[in-house]
Amino acid sequence: MRRGSFTILDNGAESQVDAVVRQDTVWLSFNALKTALGWERKPEGLCQGDMCIPLEDEQDLLSDDGVDLAGLAELLTRPLALDPEERVAYLGEAARDQSAQLMSLRAPDFSLPDLDGKLHSLSDQRGRKVLLVAYASW
Amino acid sequence: MYEELKDFGFTVITVALDRSAEDARPYIEKAKPQHPSLIDSEHRVAHLYGMINISTVVWIDEEGSIVRPNAIEYGSDIFKEFHGLESAPHLNALRAWVKEGKLTDGPERVRAKLMLPSADEQLARAEFALAWHLHQAGKTEAAERHFERAGELSPFDWTIRRGSMPIRGMNPMGPDFFEIYKEWEAAGKPTYLTRAVENQRT
Repeated sequence: MRRGSFTILDNGAESQVDAVVRQDTVWLSFNALKTALGWERKPEGLCQGDMCIPLEDEQDLLSDDGVDLAGLAELLTRPLALDPEERVAYLGEAARDQSAQLMSLRAPDFSLPDLDGKLHSLSDQRGRKVLLVAYASW
Repeated sequence: MYEELKDFGFTVITVALDRSAEDARPYIEKAKPQHPSLIDSEHRVAHLYGMINISTVVWIDEEGSIVRPNAIEYGSDIFKEFHGLESAPHLNALRAWVKEGKLTDGPERVRAKLMLPSADEQLARAEFALAWHLHQAGKTEAAERHFERAGELSPFDWTIRRGSMPIRGMNPMGPDFFEIYKEWEAAGKPTYLTRAVENQRT
């Protein structure tokens, strides 16, 4: 068992929290869970905004060290890439949520640097038609 | 194309899915574009738009709606022999949209042409993002495990399998590339459109 700092990337948003790693399972305290992913323990269960997961039926998810990160990801159907050795995990977008976003036909906004490091956003171009071209040198 | 259309309320945004600004610099400096030419080392745009290959184009209207979804199109015919795609039909359609507001597909047909991701493909994107994070932190060996896993989960995502090659010290024009090409060919050369039809049937 190793207790210590653990990095969580929630769709790219990075936070450092305290976690216990035991046989490749990552346990996060309720405090850590709130800091890293915004899920909070309430009488109704584990909640984020209006959404709550009742914990009575999810006892496998819990131990004295907190909540099983992979179990929680599975419950949320969010993809989890995990490196227990390096103590870092990336929680991505659920296929269902990504599909709903695409089907809305709203172009997701982004901000990226040019060669000089200056940031540009898609939303800067609102009011113009845009041809977005993704390419690469490879 | 940008020069011809820029006075019609139009712009181009190019996004280089390259590991660093330095990889993209020669292309951008040679083209000297007057429109935003951006660098996306984390493949954020590929993730947000569900892109699996290059060069992928998306048309976005004045209100920020997608009016033509992900498609492979080229700005010229330089590599036509290799991929068999002509650039002219796309460029003509683009002109008609920008100058005359002509679109062949309404929202429902645009939706039918969307390639929706599978759970494995989303996991592959998370694995790639983790690998990139580890690579940035100098954890080359750990990064390699996750690049490899990402490629296994999404074998026809070129942004992952070929796009990770320069980062991993592999040659994106060498034998590793031809191996993926052969796999892709054997699978019937899947594209956004064939995959869209496939995943909306299931």
